[in-house]
Amino acid sequence: MTQKAAAVVRRQIVVEAPVDRAFAVFTQRLGDFKPPEHNLLAVPIAETVFEPRAGGHIYDRGTDGSECRWARVLVFEPPGRVVFSWDIGPTWQVETEPENTSEVEVRFIAETVERTRIELEHRNIDRHGPGWQAVADGVGHDQGWPLYLERYAALFAETAA
Amino acid sequence: MTTYEGVDGWSALGDPTRRAIVASLADRPRAVGELADELPVSRPAVSQALKVLKDAGLVTERAAGTRRIYRLNPTAVAALRDQLDAFWNRALTSYGDVVEQAQVEQESEES
Repeated sequence: MTQKAAAVVRRQIVVEAPVDRAFAVFTQRLGDFKPPEHNLLAVPIAETVFEPRAGGHIYDRGTDGSECRWARVLVFEPPGRVVFSWDIGPTWQVETEPENTSEVEVRFIAETVERTRIELEHRNIDRHGPGWQAVADGVGHDQGWPLYLERYAALFAETAA
Repeated sequence: MTTYEGVDGWSALGDPTRRAIVASLADRPRAVGELADELPVSRPAVSQALKVLKDAGLVTERAAGTRRIYRLNPTAVAALRDQLDAFWNRALTSYGDVVEQAQVEQESEES
């Protein structure tokens, strides 16, 4: 189904680094490459913590000590594979219902001893579709629609540019 | 990318009746009559609101016998997907920089 296919984002990149290093950088330095506006805290992010085990979380810690747990680590298999949930709904709030969350799988494939291909798949994005219900619930809240729509509108601005 | 003629995109949602319709259709697709029954507005008002939402690309309709069934366009999912696509594109590009920088630093330490 086209709609199902549209609910997946696939990206890959090749880096000049051994697979174990590629894995370590991804899981230990996520905060260094995550786009900075990706922040659900009210304050700037002091650090992003990736707990290196299945059952752990990925969370941002703010400069005031507040925390935002926005992912659950589902699979942690160094140096080849990591899977985590994406617990951020369409209204840019942490989604607490696991059934309404998507997931991200990252595979690290050694092309040579010194070169690694990283394949990232962010799938089941349509599971945030039940987010329409959250949207419906939050339809009167200013931080829901307006914030979301503002970001949505920015997409058109980008496309037009 | 679709342009929404006549409706300034998301201003379609700047109206309580239209938001209530979106909220209702978020639950499941509905016919005009069903919407009019559950909302405190007249059927013509519902039709007018649906027209605006349709023009804005938020709602689609299809015929089911003599009725027309309205449903939400899965715009939210598409928009979220686009945002995540842009997010990962930027994140992985930065990741490539970080990992290769780390590699250079390690090599210079080893030498």
